[in-house]
Amino acid sequence: MNQDKRIRVLVAKPGLDGHDRGAKVIARALRDSGMEVIYTGIRQTPEQIVDAALQEDVDTILLSILSGAHGFLFPRIMELLKEKGLGDILVLGGGIIPEDDVPELKELGISEIFGPGMSSQTLINYIRENLSQG
Amino acid sequence: MELVDEVRKGSVRALAKLITLVENEMPGGVEAMEEIYPLTGNAYIIGITGPPGAGKSTLTDRITKELRRKNCTVGIIAIDPTSPFTGGALLGDRVRMQGVSSDEDVFIRSMATRGSLGGLSRATSDTVKILDAYGKDYVIIETVGVGQDEVDIVRTADISILVVMPGGGDDIQAIKAGIMEIGDIFVVNKADRDGADRLVTEIKMMLGLSSVEREWTSPIIKTVATEDQGIGTLVEKINEHREFLVKSGMLACRRKERIRSEIIKMIEYEIYRYLDSLIAENKDFFEQRLEDIVNKKEDPYLLAKKTVETIAKRISKNANV
Repeated sequence: MNQDKRIRVLVAKPGLDGHDRGAKVIARALRDSGMEVIYTGIRQTPEQIVDAALQEDVDTILLSILSGAHGFLFPRIMELLKEKGLGDILVLGGGIIPEDDVPELKELGISEIFGPGMSSQTLINYIRENLSQG
Repeated sequence: MELVDEVRKGSVRALAKLITLVENEMPGGVEAMEEIYPLTGNAYIIGITGPPGAGKSTLTDRITKELRRKNCTVGIIAIDPTSPFTGGALLGDRVRMQGVSSDEDVFIRSMATRGSLGGLSRATSDTVKILDAYGKDYVIIETVGVGQDEVDIVRTADISILVVMPGGGDDIQAIKAGIMEIGDIFVVNKADRDGADRLVTEIKMMLGLSSVEREWTSPIIKTVATEDQGIGTLVEKINEHREFLVKSGMLACRRKERIRSEIIKMIEYEIYRYLDSLIAENKDFFEQRLEDIVNKKEDPYLLAKKTVETIAKRISKNANV
């Protein structure tokens, strides 16, 4: 009866690339693991993503990006999150992100980057473990 | 409560947090609602329902835009189903609400049904109250895609709008009981498709066949939400209906009935919680009874009666403390 706090995840695609197959597969996998997944669709601005995270009171944000614009979009999203007092949300990245860029993104506060070939169970476990710590 | 104070001061963060608190039935939720309740009654509550794919989300987006043009603030509750197998949900209504999702005066909250069957989630009516207390002029509830019998929206909204689209079955579907009876306004969306006029005629006939005398004749409005067609007319009709409800005294009536059914639901739920913990504490006992009942050594009616008596004892014991 007593509903455990359900994990709420925002799956968002910032920027201009319109390929969301990967994001949808991930959204589906998270759903099947019992999480509530808010999917916002493609071509989201950083402002839209942060507003959605704020209103939906999510625990985690998954940013999927294939366009290569992560170096511009991710810092903006992290900045807006802090501005709105949402610094405690677990932010993860995925899609096509060169390994060389990862340290810089982690410095911004993005906890982990999940590239192609990663199993969805790895991601699910990562979210569960990191949220229970917080 | 601090969180409620923050909501009253206009904090969006607090608003979102309070909804989570209430939705997850966390400690303090009921106390917060006790403080919220006196602040409610100013928002006008619009319910949008209809089968999956009829265009509810897009229509919600367009209605909201129209209301924003009139400088009204809007809260949206968009409900999608929870998986009965995993408890998870994919909430995708925001995808169709891009037009208003970054408007400061629009607050969108996606909710999963979490096992509720009437087209809404258990926390929907509390969330409406929170958005109302926050100061939204309108609260729009978009139900899950419904079939024939999910009519909880009638007991939650001031006005129910039923959205249908061409190609949804023959004319007998239109005169079945349930969902087709609840529309204060009918919207035939995707009206640029074949069969729209026929559908309008069928709904008209259904309404004409009704033997119940009604003071309000539900209008049927054709829209193409993606093209912004018919939205202005729809919002005019919503306001016309509101005036009708106010003048006829029916708004007060509807709201009173709503509170009545909410109170009953609250009581049911409280009692259900006793039952739930009773069964959890006496699992083996219930399993044994079940075994006996299956083997016809006992009957289920007696067990039900005895269980109710035990619950009653527990309740009165708690009340004395």
